[in-house]
Amino acid sequence: MIEQNLSLLLVIIPLLSAPVTAILPNARSAWLLTLAVTWTCLILAGWQITLVTDGSIISYELGGWSPPWGIEYRIDAMNAFVALIVSGIAAITLPYALLSVEKEIPLEKIPLFYSAFQLCLVGLLGIAQTGDVFNLFVFLEISSLSSYALIAMGEQRRSLTAAYQYLIMGTIGATFLLIGIGLIYAETGTLNMLDLNQRLQPILDHRTVHTGFAFIVVGIALKLALFPLHLWLPNAYKYAPSVISVFLAATATKVAVYIMLRMVFGVFSDEFVRKTPTDHMFLLLGAFGVIMASATAIYQRDVKRLFAYSSIAQVSYIVLGIGLSSVLGVTAALVHVFNHALMKGALFMACGALVYRLGSSRFENLNGVGRQMPWTCVAIFIASLSLIGIPGTAGFISKWYFVLAALEQESWPIALVILLGSLLAVGYVWKIVELLFLRPASDSTATVGEAPAALLVPMWLLVIANIYFGFNTELTVNVADTAARMLGLGMNHE
Amino acid sequence: MNDQQLLLLAVMLPFGGAIGIMLCHRWPNLREAVTLVTATGVCVVVFNIYMLFSDGVELTAEIARPLPGLSLGLEVEPLGMSFALVASVLWLITSIYSIGYMRGRDKQNQTRFYALFAIAIGSTLGAAFAGNLLSLFLFYEILTVSTYPLVAHAGTNKARRGARTYVGILLASSIMLLLFAILITYTAAGSLDFQRGGILAGKLDPASAGLLYALFVFGTAKAAVMPFHQWLPAAMVAPTPVSALLHAVAVVKVGVFTILKITVYIFGTDFITRSGASDWLIWFAGGTILLASFIAMTRDNLKLRLAYSTISQLSYIVLGALLATNISLVGSALHISMHAFAKITLFFAAGAILVATNKSDVSDMGGLGRAMPITFGAFLIGSLSIIGLPPFGGMWSKWYLALGTVETGQWLLLSVLLLSSLLNIAYLLPVPVRGFFGKTSDNASYSGIKEAPPSCLAAMIITSLACVLLFLYPDPFYELALNAFGGN
Repeated sequence: MIEQNLSLLLVIIPLLSAPVTAILPNARSAWLLTLAVTWTCLILAGWQITLVTDGSIISYELGGWSPPWGIEYRIDAMNAFVALIVSGIAAITLPYALLSVEKEIPLEKIPLFYSAFQLCLVGLLGIAQTGDVFNLFVFLEISSLSSYALIAMGEQRRSLTAAYQYLIMGTIGATFLLIGIGLIYAETGTLNMLDLNQRLQPILDHRTVHTGFAFIVVGIALKLALFPLHLWLPNAYKYAPSVISVFLAATATKVAVYIMLRMVFGVFSDEFVRKTPTDHMFLLLGAFGVIMASATAIYQRDVKRLFAYSSIAQVSYIVLGIGLSSVLGVTAALVHVFNHALMKGALFMACGALVYRLGSSRFENLNGVGRQMPWTCVAIFIASLSLIGIPGTAGFISKWYFVLAALEQESWPIALVILLGSLLAVGYVWKIVELLFLRPASDSTATVGEAPAALLVPMWLLVIANIYFGFNTELTVNVADTAARMLGLGMNHE
Repeated sequence: MNDQQLLLLAVMLPFGGAIGIMLCHRWPNLREAVTLVTATGVCVVVFNIYMLFSDGVELTAEIARPLPGLSLGLEVEPLGMSFALVASVLWLITSIYSIGYMRGRDKQNQTRFYALFAIAIGSTLGAAFAGNLLSLFLFYEILTVSTYPLVAHAGTNKARRGARTYVGILLASSIMLLLFAILITYTAAGSLDFQRGGILAGKLDPASAGLLYALFVFGTAKAAVMPFHQWLPAAMVAPTPVSALLHAVAVVKVGVFTILKITVYIFGTDFITRSGASDWLIWFAGGTILLASFIAMTRDNLKLRLAYSTISQLSYIVLGALLATNISLVGSALHISMHAFAKITLFFAAGAILVATNKSDVSDMGGLGRAMPITFGAFLIGSLSIIGLPPFGGMWSKWYLALGTVETGQWLLLSVLLLSSLLNIAYLLPVPVRGFFGKTSDNASYSGIKEAPPSCLAAMIITSLACVLLFLYPDPFYELALNAFGGN
């Protein structure tokens, strides 16, 4: 019974509990319900992925309407993988959220906060589950609208500007996506992804299809924060409440990556990508993104902003992987989606812990805090090593596959860009390491205490995951590889 | 316990010791006891592995399989065996020394110091026993990261800057060049296993082989071939035991060891000679030998002078690898051990002088030898061994390296080696000469100055005796080296 409806339950449970949460009388009960929902989702997502890792597909027809007329949820390895990442991060964020949210959000707004959080989760999970492009757009809007609200709940008034900035950019992106979907609907008369894929193949050289494709790619690129459409991201991550920085940094852009992969390879095709300049555009923008965002990160004076820029750089790596449009490239991209969620989850949790104790994430307030908050700061250190890609961490696995994918096609410049990105990461990471551990403590940092265990435990779980997945890649690499092959990549090579 | 577990134990024991050290941070005596017990334990384990290995037992162990078709594993082979012996013995001696030194200088953060020291040794042993290039790279990088706080130990501006140079050069070169080279190797050969005769032969054309070899040699910046040497002098801001063990033995020797392993087991000596991959690289090594010696002569700070001397000596080893003949490789392998014992003696002496008198400049040391005869005596022995005079161990390695240049007909390189030995005399011997026969700088008497704490003296005496002993009985290391390169 549950197994048959697994795909839908994953979306419907948070969707139903979100309004309930909003009317709960106090903060603690809202938190408790959200905790229960997120962990249920994680269990369901974990269950779901075991059913599809062997390359099989779950097809679920909503309301019994068979596709392409009704909405179909079509779960393959990639969907299940993304759903697992989203629900996993949500589940690990929630124990962390209790104290952090009570400190940063006014008490009476907390039920609303958790309600919006669940809606955001619904949106992201829905995107991961659905096999219908219009349904995907709807879920994208659900997640976006709720994240605008969540960012605006930040402590400082500037979070309103940040949310507004994101709102404008995000809406443009969503509109572009909708226009693109409209155009290909006009050409094919269908919204089901699989159906679209089949119907598009004979008409791939139509102008309308090309225009639709361009709108779709640009629209997603905005949500993905692909250079040069990344300007909304640093402020959004910086001024959002700590918990939301964690959740969005670890999941939102990753889901956008999924949409990009699904649309570009699943709905159109890798042949189409190679015939048009799309792959070169991805490679060019990805390369610029890696270099520019990493270089900008070095000059930041605020830990959260610095890691936000680093996120843009990391997403650019993923775009490079997409641009290589090979099995190995997409495998690298998907592995990095997972690994980067682990790194940035841990890093933003640690930033949240610093904010929790010191009330700021600016450099001048963090001098020498490593002596007083060793657990938090060592967590930043290890997660940062993963960010650089030191062997023994998850980040190394991603870097390994990215360079291997580039070398496979003998694109030496791309391989060098990836390594150069790591080098720049050493630059910005070491700025933080010196700041936290080697500078003499100031008055405020000399007396501060270590963050509470409720913040440390989830943070360290992610840190340990960063190391674990650097040694055991059975889950990540195998699923990513299966997913990449199921996108129909590499058919033409063999 | 079976053989596999024994091998894993050798690498894991120091990591376990680090945890023990951290747990005992409130009780300094217990903490130091943990260090000593762990170091002794590691020595015993490594000796046991050596015994098994000499009996012809094959030892391998797998840690994990992080990538499909690539494992992280350990394997004992002759070259790594001799390196592990040196590293584990010297860790024990350095531990004795550093207890006296650190207490004498009343340094802060001692727990962090001992714990990271143990981790660094663990990764050195890991590198020595690494079963393939990926495992070697893993331990290479752990070593870089774990030694960073040790270099920055003092926490001053100068320490911070030095440590930044240290980690910057080591990480940058390893990511941009070494990792790149490893990935190219993997793409070309489809494997990263260490195999006698190499895995690259026939898979690369000579020109690319030359470039790839250059990526490896320069990417392994721990070997400090110029122009990637600047991190070593920068690292001299570290406390002396760190400079002694890590920057005379562990870190730098992991560098040259990596180059040796890549030469023998990834490229294969035949492939290198046939493809001429090292034809122009040998001049970088030769140039480093001379240039570093010249710079060493101009440095008044004793530790800096020793650092440049190390850079020069490391290039001897690199040169032996690049010449890629059996004799020169035997010389290189021997020089890893011989130079380790001699150079650590010199650093111990430099540290002892610092602890006892707070002096670090050579020009201030006139007459000091009369107040500290043991320290300066040890320094003299270490210097003579580095110069390569009998009856000290350093003679053997230089002998084989010189034979290697003769065998390949590189007469110019032979003269480089000989000239460099003269330069060694010029920058090392003035220290004991000035110490014993020089005048005190400001006519002050050294009556108040005593020798360094007994544990420092003991360490120094042991290592200088070892220099003599290695002249008389170089057999274990010699046989391991012969074994590695298949005889001459």
